[in-house]
Order: sequence, then structure tokens, then C-alpha cells
Amino acid sequence: MSTTVTLEAKGGDPSSAVRDFLRLLLERGGVSAVLVPRHVNGTGVIMPTLVADPEELAKADPLAPAFPLSAARLTAKLTRGEPGGLLAAVLRPCEIRAFVELVKLNQGSMDGILLIAADCPGAFDNDGWRDFAAGKDPMAITQEFLAEALAGKPDPGGVEMARACLACEHPSTEVADISLGLYGMDVNKAVLGVFNTPKAEGVLSRLGLSEGGDNEARKKALAEVVAAREAYRDNMFAETTEATNSLHKLADYLSACVNCYNCRVACPVCYCRECVFVTDVFDHKPWQYMGWAKARGALRMPPDTVFYHLTRLAHMSTLCVGCGQCSNACPNGVPVMELFRMTAARTQPAFAYEAGRDPDEKPPMSIFREKEFAEMTGGHD
Amino acid sequence: MENFEPTIVAFVCNWCTYTAADLAGTSRLVQSPNVRLIRMMCTGMVDPKYVIKALLSGADAVLVSGCHPGDCHYINGNYKARRRIKLVKEILTQFGIDERRLKLTWIGASDGIEFAETVNELVNEIKELGPCEAREMMVV
Repeated sequence: MSTTVTLEAKGGDPSSAVRDFLRLLLERGGVSAVLVPRHVNGTGVIMPTLVADPEELAKADPLAPAFPLSAARLTAKLTRGEPGGLLAAVLRPCEIRAFVELVKLNQGSMDGILLIAADCPGAFDNDGWRDFAAGKDPMAITQEFLAEALAGKPDPGGVEMARACLACEHPSTEVADISLGLYGMDVNKAVLGVFNTPKAEGVLSRLGLSEGGDNEARKKALAEVVAAREAYRDNMFAETTEATNSLHKLADYLSACVNCYNCRVACPVCYCRECVFVTDVFDHKPWQYMGWAKARGALRMPPDTVFYHLTRLAHMSTLCVGCGQCSNACPNGVPVMELFRMTAARTQPAFAYEAGRDPDEKPPMSIFREKEFAEMTGGHD
Repeated sequence: MENFEPTIVAFVCNWCTYTAADLAGTSRLVQSPNVRLIRMMCTGMVDPKYVIKALLSGADAVLVSGCHPGDCHYINGNYKARRRIKLVKEILTQFGIDERRLKLTWIGASDGIEFAETVNELVNEIKELGPCEAREMMVV
């Protein structure tokens, strides 16, 4: 069960409704600090910022379509160990789902944190954000973006949103303590606050807000968004399958990869403290490279590109939340998000698992049962 | 491919399948010589990247074999192996690698005959299937 509250948008701007709500959390809700996207002065850059003083919320842009990194890892860092007070984190649903995966791996904690997710109409990749924001008043563009994106337009202001977002079937998440409803609302008048958990309802009781608001229209609108994105996603999977259904096609698909490992750095769920690919495990001797070149006639350098991506898939595909930061971080435009998501869509159902769905679910590679998957050994135990 | 001789990399556990392979040898059972055995302490330490690396480096098939469920020397290593091999299979088959190229079996220490049969069957199967794509052209 959940409790709903209508958060009035003063001045007709939904962002101000969210800012006012965050201010209330800091002033009356017992929250020590808020992690929220905020403008870095005059640079046109928006970064997650830990705000303790309510006055500093003026530059916060909680619904901005900029997405320079997944804040899941930052959030995990802020919850690992003794908390210095209650933290409220305004995150995208994909960031919350990735955070949940990190919590399962003991890299973060659900204690001492209030997770807040606004309905996500999607975001731009870094290039798209710069194109969209160019020459505009930074504090006014989010409203302009929301007007088009919430209406289902894939290219607000003529700039295409990130493919990961267009293919994302999770515009909201029930794991959040508080959902901020944008779909099915007239956001220029009000944003819907949905308090999903007892923790959130405890905070709500201190805020002095009166209950009320209709969550049904929002649920209906969200279902339509999900259907549209699933169609886009399935189409994307079909294209990617066609482009990678043999090893040689896969090698061609990844041919522009320079082994920079940016996709691994940007990935919120790539969980190893030290990646095997930066150790000397695959740092071979010159005569070995010469030997391979002689044996095959030619050896693409850098080597082990396909091997790296397949190994990474073995590590993270069961935990992939589809945030798309891998593609955002790729310097050479390799469509890695499509590849990773396509694989995740195979490996997660294979273990009846969905990344980020439930904090109590165990990651597939961390558990086993005595009787399972007998087909792996031809039915013989 | 009339004279195709497959290369098979086998990761076998010290306590069961390696012992079975040893028994097959000392019992002078006839086995195809296409298998390169790698002795591991447990199938639970067969990292997915070993399997992936073997297949990308020219192996036509990978065999992972350990103790029967309940018999693992380390109690549960083989259960972990079963999940990992399933995961690798799900990933690799997407990219055109036939699922028969990755085989998991349980062969106990006394099953020398079963080991020899498993190897011979696998070699015949892979001979029919032909060489792995990565063998013809290096996939890097």
C-alpha cells in the first residue's frame, strides 16, 4: 500500500515542486542531506550534488534530461559504513535498480537512505544534452524538455534521446521509497508524491502535507509508456541479434573498440574492485604476439577485444539494468548498450532473475541449489 | 572437412574426473587423442573466462567435468560450476557458437569407462559439427 500527496508546482514549473519538496525534507523530514542533480555554476554541466543547506537547492535540477553518469556507485559509496544522518537520494529508476544490485553485493546499504525516483521520460547522452542545451537558459530547459518528452516525443527539441532510454521498460520503480509521479499528471500544476514504503510514510508524517492525489491515471499512463518502449526494445534486440549472430559478425560489430575499458568504468554494476583486464594476466610477452601473428597470418591489435566483452558479459549481464552509460562513455561509438542489454535479456530470465527488481533476491551467480538445471548434464545427476 | 581432427580442451576436477581419466589410461581403454586435459582442483574454480578464452583461441569444444552432485570434495563447487556453465552457454550461443561445443558432465573417480566413452562421443559429435568459427580466423 502507498500514500499519495499532491505537490503543487508554484510558478507552473514541476522542477520547483520537487525542489520545494526536497527543502521540506531537509527542514522538517529529518533528512541530513539530499543527493540531487544540480547545475555546476555557469558551465552548462549538471552533476549529482550532495546538498545539506536548503538554500543551495536553488540550482538543483532534479528532473533535468542530462545523464553524465550513473549515480548508483556514488550512492553506494555514501551508504557504505556509518551514516552521518539520513540521506535522501533523487535518482533515476535505473540508478536505483543498479544501486539495489550493489547493495546485494555488500557494496552499499539500504539503511540510512531514502530513495526518491521521479518518473523517467528518458534522458540525452552527453552529446545530445550539449546540443539540446546550447544557447538556452539552463534553468528553463527542463520544463521545455518535459513538455515534449512526457508527451512521448523521442526527440525533444529535435534531439534524439539516448537509445537506452527509448528502449527502457522501467520508467518508474517500486523499489524507490518515494516516487514522484509525472506521467498522467498536468505537471505544470502539480507533481504526485507516492510514498511506497513504511520508511517513507514515517518521513511523510513529519512533513505536514495533506494526503490526496490520484495514482490510477499515472499507472495507466505509465503502462502506455512501457508498451511503446518494449516495442522499441524488441526491435532493437532483433537488429542487434542480426548484427552479431556469428563470431565474425560480433568481431566486426566490436571492431572499433580500442580496449579503453570506458564501458566498464561507466558501468554501475561492473562490481570487481580490480578488473582482471588491468592486471598483467593478459599482458603477454612480445614473442607470444609474434607467434599468434605467424600462426594466423595476421593479428588485430589491440587483441582480446571480443574476449574482453564476452568476459564482461559473464560478469555483469545478469545484473545489467540497461542504463546505457556504457554507450555514453564509448569514445568510438560502438553500440555496446544494445549488445549488453540483448545478452542481459537472455541471461536474466535464464535464472528467473531481474536486476533491480527486489532487494531480497540473490544475484544468480551468488547462489545455487542441489536440484536444478539437470538439462546441463543431459538430465544426469 | 574430411580429415578434420577437433581440438578439445577439458577442464577436469582433480578428485573425480581426472582420476577417472587416469583410470581409463591405466586400463588401456581406447580414447580419441583430441582432448587436452587441464587438471583443476574443482570444477567450481573453472572461471567462465577460461572457457571463453579456449573457444576464442581455437578450441573446437570445451568439456568441463567433475564430481557427481553430492560428491564434491569441496562440498558444493560443482553446483557453482553448473550455474556458471549455464551462464556461459546462454551468452555464447547468441553469437553463433553451437551449444554442443560446451559440455558439462559428472564423471566419478571410478568411472574410467564412462570417461573414455564421453570423450569418444564428444569427439565424434564435434567431427560432425566441424571446426569452430574462431579456428578458421582469429577472433580478437
